[in-house]
Amino acid sequence: MRTLIKNGQVIDPANQIDGSFDILINNRKIEAVAPRGKVPASKIKDAQVIDAKDCVVAPGFCDMHVHFREPGHEYKETIETGSASAAAGGFSTVAVMPNTSPVNDSRSVTELILSQAKKTGLVNVLPIGAITRGLKGETLSDMGELKESGCIGYSDDGKPVMDSELMRRALEYSRMFDLPCIQHSEILDLTRGGCMNEGIVSTELGLKGMPVEAEDIMVFRDICLLQKTGGRLHVAHISSGGAVDLVRQAKAKGLPVTCEVAPHHFTLTEEACRSYDTNAKMSPPLRTDEDIELIKEGLRDGTIDMIATDHAPHDLADKQVEFSNACFGIVGLETALPLTLKLVDEKVITLQKAVDLLTQQPCRVFNLDKGTLGVGKDADIVIFNPDTQYTIDPAKFKSRSKNSPYKGWKVRGKVLHTLVAGKTVYSAHNE
Amino acid sequence: MLLSTKSILGTKELTKQDIQQILDTAESFKEISTRAIKKVPTLRGKTIINLFFEPSTRTRTSFEIAGKRLSADVINISGSTSSTVKGENLIDTARNLEAMNPDILVVRHHCSGAPALLSQFVNSPIINAGDGTHEHPSQALLDLLTIRSHRGDLEGLKVAIVGDINHSRVARSNIKAMQTMGMKVRVVGPPPLIPVGLERLGVEVSHNLSEAIKDVDVVMVLRIQLERQNQGLLSSLREYSNYFCLTSETLAKARDDILIIHPGPVNRGIEIALDVMEGPRSLILNQVTNGVAIRMALFYLLLGENNANPN
Repeated sequence: MRTLIKNGQVIDPANQIDGSFDILINNRKIEAVAPRGKVPASKIKDAQVIDAKDCVVAPGFCDMHVHFREPGHEYKETIETGSASAAAGGFSTVAVMPNTSPVNDSRSVTELILSQAKKTGLVNVLPIGAITRGLKGETLSDMGELKESGCIGYSDDGKPVMDSELMRRALEYSRMFDLPCIQHSEILDLTRGGCMNEGIVSTELGLKGMPVEAEDIMVFRDICLLQKTGGRLHVAHISSGGAVDLVRQAKAKGLPVTCEVAPHHFTLTEEACRSYDTNAKMSPPLRTDEDIELIKEGLRDGTIDMIATDHAPHDLADKQVEFSNACFGIVGLETALPLTLKLVDEKVITLQKAVDLLTQQPCRVFNLDKGTLGVGKDADIVIFNPDTQYTIDPAKFKSRSKNSPYKGWKVRGKVLHTLVAGKTVYSAHNE
Repeated sequence: MLLSTKSILGTKELTKQDIQQILDTAESFKEISTRAIKKVPTLRGKTIINLFFEPSTRTRTSFEIAGKRLSADVINISGSTSSTVKGENLIDTARNLEAMNPDILVVRHHCSGAPALLSQFVNSPIINAGDGTHEHPSQALLDLLTIRSHRGDLEGLKVAIVGDINHSRVARSNIKAMQTMGMKVRVVGPPPLIPVGLERLGVEVSHNLSEAIKDVDVVMVLRIQLERQNQGLLSSLREYSNYFCLTSETLAKARDDILIIHPGPVNRGIEIALDVMEGPRSLILNQVTNGVAIRMALFYLLLGENNANPN
């Protein structure tokens, strides 16, 4: 059974393609990418046809930072509901953070995640293993076993690895397995009890602030360690303009450091906390306009390698509480595309670059054979109309949780189809 | 509506007209508390619930007396102060109370923003009786009433607020309210107790008490808590006192007619010397008296639309 995607504008940064092409899928793989109307008639005789008129056809998006809460907190999200959310957002591949219960610091949890993902059969779910056993920051996890069972990186995300000695050893040891250590960069001594960015808004609201220096210092420390240890450092959800600058300098020295930014850190500031809206409470916190400008500069010049959502589902019971008691984080998979396209509207980056940040770049950093429409590769494809305007309604999210600060935002850019290995896992027409 | 807001969540939301009206109304209510029979029928048949999730004696009593002098039925509820108490309980509690048709909820809570959260889930007007380190609007209003009754007009007055500004909801409410009334605010304290970015709110920051109070009409002294020493924000209360205790010596360079106020409870001899506290410039007990009048005014103005003349 073949599928033909025709009449679309194909953007495939991995193969430097941007133009009117048709794509032929055969048996889970991409069989041909040909100029519009040029796929041989013999091959499309019985093919199922997807008309991508007015749409962009791109490699399925890859999000290297999500939380699916399974095992342990299935009331917030499961691998199944999270995968459905990913598919609806145009993502064909996601990497799930290990801060589940139990923590993913062993083969058994990694295998459980992979088996649940396989049972769900929607998107590619790639586990990230813990850097330290139980995320306790005390002893290194069995990084070799984690890699052998399917992990694609290591992180204690949600928490930083505070102990400098342990982080040094993690960077050293992970070198053996050539997987990145992903750091949630936060000096906890500086953020104790904090629940939003420290600044004029936290002062007015009487909320304990988390100073931006807490992020900068940790990024700087890790870069210093990296200089000594080698290994690969990936800075998760960068939110500070100063930290972007530190990564830029480190890259200029040729150090193996990469970083990601979440859409909320280039679309919202601390001002969103003013009404004590707990959907504006994240870690790292929403910062300032100046930080956003420096993040945009980092996206423009390539300092920031990729966009990742930090999709963090939380139930109403965890969010409909006093600001200081609320959980950190928001769901992001189903708003990532339109928020990223705002950068295109604002002429920060081109549409091609936007696709690049969601496809080829994350796969380059994590050595994944994804994020490309090359012939013979898995047919993981997203088809989206970049011009469709609509209003964000979290009630319609596929995610089990609806904690989004973007309710009511008028945006453009709508996913119409998501295919994983040639199979349609989301179609707006079925909604 | 007599005020521009349905609830009193903070002084931030109050206009100059609102504040003037509250102060004028409170002024007219003061007399009731001096009568032999301290009760008027104004709010007869109205129910006020004091919902206090944080311990309080003076503020709760003040609200209770204010309600009772207006003939309202006042119920006091102390919520648990355990840190495990989550907002769902807060919201559930408030919704359950509301099902009994109260007319006003007076809420004190240890989390900043808790009254604002509640206001999204209940229809009754809410008076914030102090939320975390955010606001304590009735305290600021009674401070303004106290100052106004001694100075006549608030416009142009200079105030120094001394102490732990960082953790003070009284300071935040006063800064906003005073600025709205055209007063100039200076805060005084050691840098770790001054919140980030305060200058950007138009507040002058000083670390020298005797210099800072030279030209002010009012000095407001805040309570300092021993806890700050353990948090590394203070070296010791002893050293704090050396620099920031309001004494006759520090007052020597100040204006003779300076007004001294303190929201209480006072740490005698730590932030204010005993002789100053009990001296002729101190209005501390006056503030407490005015607190009842302010809270009567708030009840009246929030419920007043359906009510007769205060007298």
